[in-house]
Amino acid sequence: MTRYLLKRLGGAVLVLLVLSVVIYGLFYLAPGDPARLACGERCSTQQVAQVREQLGLGDPVYTQYAHFLRGIVAGRDYSTGTALLHCDAPCLGFSYQTDQQVTSLILDRLPATLSLALGAMVIWLVIGVGTGLLSALRRGGITERALTVLTLAGTGTPVFILGLLLLMLVCAYLQWLPFPTYVPFTDDPEQWAWNMLLPWLTLGLFESAKYARLTRSSTLETLAEDHIRTFRAYGVGERAVVGRHALRGAVPPVIALSALDFGSVMGGAVLTESLFNIPGIGKSLIDGVREIDLPVVVGVVLVTGTAVVVANVVADLLYAAADRRVALL
Amino acid sequence: MTPVIPVTEQLIEVEDLTVDFVSGGETVRAVDGLSFSLAAGRAIGLVGESGSGKSTVAGALLGLHRGTGARVGGAVRVGGTDVGTASDRELRALRGAVAAMVFQDPLSSLDPYYAVGDQIAEVYRVHTDATRRAARARAVEVLDRVGIPDAARRAHARPHEFSGGMRQRTLIAMALACEPRLLIADEPTTALDVTVQAQILDLLHDLRAETGMGLLLVTHDVGVAAESVDEVLVMRHGREVERGPVAEVLGAPKRTYTRTLLSSVPRVDTPVARAAAQPRPAAGEVLLEAVGLRREFRRGRRSVAAVDGVSLTVGAGETLGVVGESGSGKTTLGRMLVRLLDPTDGRLRYRGAEIAAASEKELRPHRRELQMIFQDPVASLNPRRSVGESVADPLRAAGAADEERIVARVRELLERVGLDPDRYDRYPHEFSGGQRQRVGIARALAAEPRLIVCDEPVSALDVTTQAQVVALLAELQRELGLALVFIAHDLAVVRQVSDRVAVMRDGRIVEQGTVEEVYGAPSDPYTRRLLAAVPVLDPVLAAARRSARKALPEPAGNVVAV
Amino acid sequence: MTTLPDLPASGAKAGAAVAVPAASDARQAWRRLRGRRSAVVAAGVLGLLVVLALAAPLLAAVEGQDANTYHDALVDSARGGVPIGSFGGVSGDHWLGVEPGTGRDLFVRLLYGARVSLLVAAGATVVQVLIGVAVGLASGLGNRLLDAVLSRFTDVMIALPMLVLAIALTAVVPNDFPRPLLLILVIGLLDWGGTSRIVRAQTLTLKQLDFVAAARLAGSGRWRVARRELLPSLAAPVITYAAILLPMNMVLEASLSFLGVGVKPPTPSWGQMLSSAQTWFRADPMYVLLPAGLLFVTVLAFTVLGDAVRAALDPREAGRLRVGRRRTSRTPAAADPSKDISS
Repeated sequence: MTRYLLKRLGGAVLVLLVLSVVIYGLFYLAPGDPARLACGERCSTQQVAQVREQLGLGDPVYTQYAHFLRGIVAGRDYSTGTALLHCDAPCLGFSYQTDQQVTSLILDRLPATLSLALGAMVIWLVIGVGTGLLSALRRGGITERALTVLTLAGTGTPVFILGLLLLMLVCAYLQWLPFPTYVPFTDDPEQWAWNMLLPWLTLGLFESAKYARLTRSSTLETLAEDHIRTFRAYGVGERAVVGRHALRGAVPPVIALSALDFGSVMGGAVLTESLFNIPGIGKSLIDGVREIDLPVVVGVVLVTGTAVVVANVVADLLYAAADRRVALL
Repeated sequence: MTPVIPVTEQLIEVEDLTVDFVSGGETVRAVDGLSFSLAAGRAIGLVGESGSGKSTVAGALLGLHRGTGARVGGAVRVGGTDVGTASDRELRALRGAVAAMVFQDPLSSLDPYYAVGDQIAEVYRVHTDATRRAARARAVEVLDRVGIPDAARRAHARPHEFSGGMRQRTLIAMALACEPRLLIADEPTTALDVTVQAQILDLLHDLRAETGMGLLLVTHDVGVAAESVDEVLVMRHGREVERGPVAEVLGAPKRTYTRTLLSSVPRVDTPVARAAAQPRPAAGEVLLEAVGLRREFRRGRRSVAAVDGVSLTVGAGETLGVVGESGSGKTTLGRMLVRLLDPTDGRLRYRGAEIAAASEKELRPHRRELQMIFQDPVASLNPRRSVGESVADPLRAAGAADEERIVARVRELLERVGLDPDRYDRYPHEFSGGQRQRVGIARALAAEPRLIVCDEPVSALDVTTQAQVVALLAELQRELGLALVFIAHDLAVVRQVSDRVAVMRDGRIVEQGTVEEVYGAPSDPYTRRLLAAVPVLDPVLAAARRSARKALPEPAGNVVAV
Repeated sequence: MTTLPDLPASGAKAGAAVAVPAASDARQAWRRLRGRRSAVVAAGVLGLLVVLALAAPLLAAVEGQDANTYHDALVDSARGGVPIGSFGGVSGDHWLGVEPGTGRDLFVRLLYGARVSLLVAAGATVVQVLIGVAVGLASGLGNRLLDAVLSRFTDVMIALPMLVLAIALTAVVPNDFPRPLLLILVIGLLDWGGTSRIVRAQTLTLKQLDFVAAARLAGSGRWRVARRELLPSLAAPVITYAAILLPMNMVLEASLSFLGVGVKPPTPSWGQMLSSAQTWFRADPMYVLLPAGLLFVTVLAFTVLGDAVRAALDPREAGRLRVGRRRTSRTPAAADPSKDISS
């Protein structure tokens, strides 16, 4: 068990290293001079040279990468010529645009993303799993057909189309809700919830389709297994057979997939955040790309990668915990 | 119609039972007009080959076809309940409490997510108003009864932590929980090794003696039925062929099919009736010699020796039988002998040439002479290539270019193994299991081998087909002077075909000698236990062997292992 | 211990359950596919779309419009550029109306958008399948070291956050690089891990099968075995997987364009139209509904067809063969391509 965990974590670190190399390499493929980008449009050649000196952009690539890695692990210092600017570990550098530390910038964005992820997960678990179960248990009926069609349509809808349609319907025509603007939970919990409702629905419904399919197929698979026949042959009522035995088999994949999705949403639900203007991590990536704010892009990609990779490990552990047959070697 | 016999006396009454399965607009009649009855406390065996409908009958007794789309006709009464007309509630009360069922595959028949004790307790509580605690105590009690050591602790284990034999004991314990009057066992020992099979059959026998419950045993193995039941019903194509007391049906069968079936069963209790019983060109040239052959497989960090220091020789034209239970390493050995697997250690000499570590290039001149016939008739032929093409493979690989001669040779080979040569262009799925095995034989022959390793060549086949394939192999051997290494778990089959026999256990050969030596006077205790476990067709002899088995000492550690 | 190659004797029937469809399967699968009404309809829709996309210049000429001419007179500058007339300015000249703000012809822009969408989706799928099959085969057939290296590499590729990395990549490539080609390469080069895993697993399964051993005994060389025994059996799973990848790639392209990092103006693309429609959905709903509807229908048609192809190629669907034990992969989602779908 411990060995398995260590092995998986080792693999996770490897993935992140590869990711950091790739993304750091891109840093240098980018058009334009990083020093000029960092300094801004109005800098003189001299100022640009000074910035290059400060950020160590004159060093060879591998030296810079080493500094970058050390910054993540131990923090680093930048000299501005007159003063020493300290950047605590995990240091991802400073934004070109705002001169804010990338780490704190991402931390600032975290609550919005977390709000979105949690609410959406509740929706996809309730609606997605519920739909899947219903269509598995009402097999052959009109309910199943209707649910299958709905689920299929859901699978085919990109999240931003779903969001746009919901916006049109709920905000523009029915006018049930105003166009959502993000309000932090700490400012006003009630407003926070009202404004997050539409993003939650959008992302939650979008993911629901996948969960409905998964739940349906794993429930049907379990129902077809021999041990279900055993309990039927022993006079166990249908309700107990389904509730105790069939559902039990459907749980592990749903849990594992939820962990994965939660990870990737935490790493940035770029489309949803962008559509609803939620100041989350994904939004900061898009903003960073638009403004060619490379330290932010690099930082967000690494944080996202970490979220996804950690989610992978957690998903495996949860799956193994839920399905006792899987031995962790 | 008033029943002539009081209902209570008869545990099972089946009258004119038909079961139709409808799939894709096609109706298949699985059971066709079957009638029989079973008195309380008696045992009946439904015997038949695959597709005879015997398991379908077992399911129909508990109404398991209800709601599956199968059409059930006729009348079925079990313990006074009319299964056809009973309400769902009555049916549930019947299932488990009056009649309990034991299934073939004990692993998949238990819920992998719950402790075995809890599963038994759940069933017990369905039929009694016992408390949770009482139900759990009952589960431990029945687990103990079926011989699970340390039952109180083992009740918390999940099915995958048990061995095959223990899982089957667990299922039997579940059946016992509510003290049913009838036990329905559907191929209860088919997935088990022969020694474990004997233990399970003995357990069933003891339980019946103790509780007086009736037994309906479904099996393809006539020997298993002979060991366990009072009466047999031989089935074929969903119909009854013959029914009567076990000694009568097996001793003096009236119908042709029963006679064929019985004569096809290889036996250990009758003199060897081999076609090739006459002595061979004694101790001809030694074809293949293995010395200290060893093969390890990596299991994570450890390595496990599947074959551990095996030495043997195969002479030209002779048959060496290799018997062993699952996990004994016999298949690994077979694959090493033809160099499909590389030995980790040891020497392998083919006609004087050392081939244990030879490269593929050095092997080339010998490759064709060492062929193999595989166990699984489905997996051994490429489903995407016609059988003719598969058989032609060795010819083409040897560089034969003349298409006409290749086709002619393949047709000749197909004909030789008893297949219609015009089916050259047909694909494997159009052939039955036995026919596919014949194609496999033709393919092996196409390479003009001197030695063929047959790895469980008949274990996936029905007993009558099995007899035909074995006969074909013997015939070809005589005709072509082939040497055979015949690997099987079935002691009776090996006895029937072999000149010499090697008994394998845990990767080693525990005993080796002529058939007469090994079967007549086994020296190794394991061999003796194996032989004692083989079911025999004579019920009287079976009873005698059962008490003899009890006298045999169990090897240390084996109780927990099964 | 169950993986010891010494199969339990009585396990023969279980061993028979392999994922190799029978020979005449291609024909049977085709028949099953044609027997499904939903598949036929989906194929019809997609066929029509492909024809329309191919004929875009021709149709534009028939309508008498082109994709990039501004029609200032057709939009109401007083109301911020909303098209004049009902349904977004539908008229005899502009069959589907005009774009708000610019007055460019929507019909022609949608058609050219279809070209981009289909081109990127198909192109990326081809790249994914080529890389995936090559890596998977090499991994499955190669020695232990090669397999370990390639498998780790594949794991890393699968673990990368696909959409985020694609966004970052498209951001740093110079603007004069052809965008559709860039999208094809980015999607294709990043997202081949699933294909490779499936091909590797299938190759390993097939390699174990007795008919491959028989071919070796017959004296066939490595290459001959791979070509005659393995490749034909890999076709079905690869086709099935590609059918799932196609709509995903299409959504990915639309997503990137929606975020402004995909196809760049003035080249029309559905995702990019939807992006600019965000500001117009109150005033000109047609401008949202048309590209959204097209994208939805196309992706849905691909999904339905993909489902049908999988069902037609999957022997389980035919109810003949129960294939394997379930849950061969530790995490079901690991093999599920939908995990990368953009959220």
